[in-house]
Amino acid sequence: MYSFDYERPSGINEAVSAIGEDDKFLAGGQTLLPTLKLRLAQADKLVDLGGIAELKGISVNDSEVTIGAMTRHVDVADSADVKSAIPALSFLASHIGDAQVRNRGTIGGSISNNDPAADYPAALLGLGATVHTNKRSISADDFFVDLFETALEEDELVTKVTFPIPEKAGYAKFPNPASRYALTGVFVAKTANGVRVAVTGAGTCVFRQTDMEAALSSNFAADAISGIKTESSGLSADIHASAEYRANLISVMAARAVKAAS
Amino acid sequence: MTTVSMTVNGKQVSADIAPNTLLVQFIRENLRLTGTHVGCDTSQCGACTVHVDGDSVKACTMLAVQAEGADVTTIEGLAQNGELHPMQAAFKENHGLQCGFCTPGMIMSAVDLVKRNPNPSEETIRTELEGNICRCTGYHNIVKSVKAAAENMGG
Repeated sequence: MYSFDYERPSGINEAVSAIGEDDKFLAGGQTLLPTLKLRLAQADKLVDLGGIAELKGISVNDSEVTIGAMTRHVDVADSADVKSAIPALSFLASHIGDAQVRNRGTIGGSISNNDPAADYPAALLGLGATVHTNKRSISADDFFVDLFETALEEDELVTKVTFPIPEKAGYAKFPNPASRYALTGVFVAKTANGVRVAVTGAGTCVFRQTDMEAALSSNFAADAISGIKTESSGLSADIHASAEYRANLISVMAARAVKAAS
Repeated sequence: MTTVSMTVNGKQVSADIAPNTLLVQFIRENLRLTGTHVGCDTSQCGACTVHVDGDSVKACTMLAVQAEGADVTTIEGLAQNGELHPMQAAFKENHGLQCGFCTPGMIMSAVDLVKRNPNPSEETIRTELEGNICRCTGYHNIVKSVKAAAENMGG
């Protein structure tokens, strides 16, 4: 690892004013630290968000689940409130990485990194969540832009995410057997504003499968999407799976997610 | 340089370190507690697992400065008054180690696992140990050890 300076502010404003052009926010560090160690990234200074109490915590009301940016995966997975309001979200969090990663990794870090195979982006897009930052609120549809790219500006910090509580939702992923990242994962949700189907791991960025959304809107059942294929052109291909294989996984995982929806 | 202070195995420790010092480096090189192993150094194998405020974490994927004020337990901190921790005893009894390199991480993960799942099924043990790799592929007896320890620990 190259050397860097380190700061651990205790407030959001302090953290944002500490960040300079070549600096990085440090959340759980489960992606950033390995990346720095491999010298794939470099920072003049790390601004550690671990000391900011107001970024942590989960609250649930009748219509929304709100999760602070520095809330760890294990806390979302184990939260009785999340389990009862959106069981699919708790299930998704309990399948990110491994136990040690879930004890450090955070929702804010995951979505700000926007790894194409990360789990959380599927939940945000599938549930039509809203990302709150120190400056504004961004809908999930606008937040995830492209490969490792989000709508965040350089000095913008995710503070929390609000998830509208759906009628029902489900998540299914085919994990990469080594990394547990989603080779392909599909999040389906039946919401007050219609059905949403979000796919992660298959392309360069999480995306919605609109043909499946239309079919599930008239009949929210696995049979309704059994004949729907996803075009493989533009999907990711690597040593783990071809684009055609991922296209097929979208159908398989979507059906499993619908069956699992509760 | 930055000053970092934390509690490790019940003892208060403090040192001036470079901010890019990993927690595992701090434990092994500053504190000379070499029971915590570095296997892959890429946060995959789990040999470096320690407890930070009671939760298992990979010490190669955390900066020492992030543990400021924390309560850290390493494999050296498990035995009490010369008595092996029930998890250590179960690994010994059930031949839960072959070359032994992954063992400190396996045991630290397993202790956290049993804390969260007092009566784990074989499937739960295998799933929960996803973050620990045994190059000898000695998983069968590792799982057996964890199951036996959970029973001895009153699960």
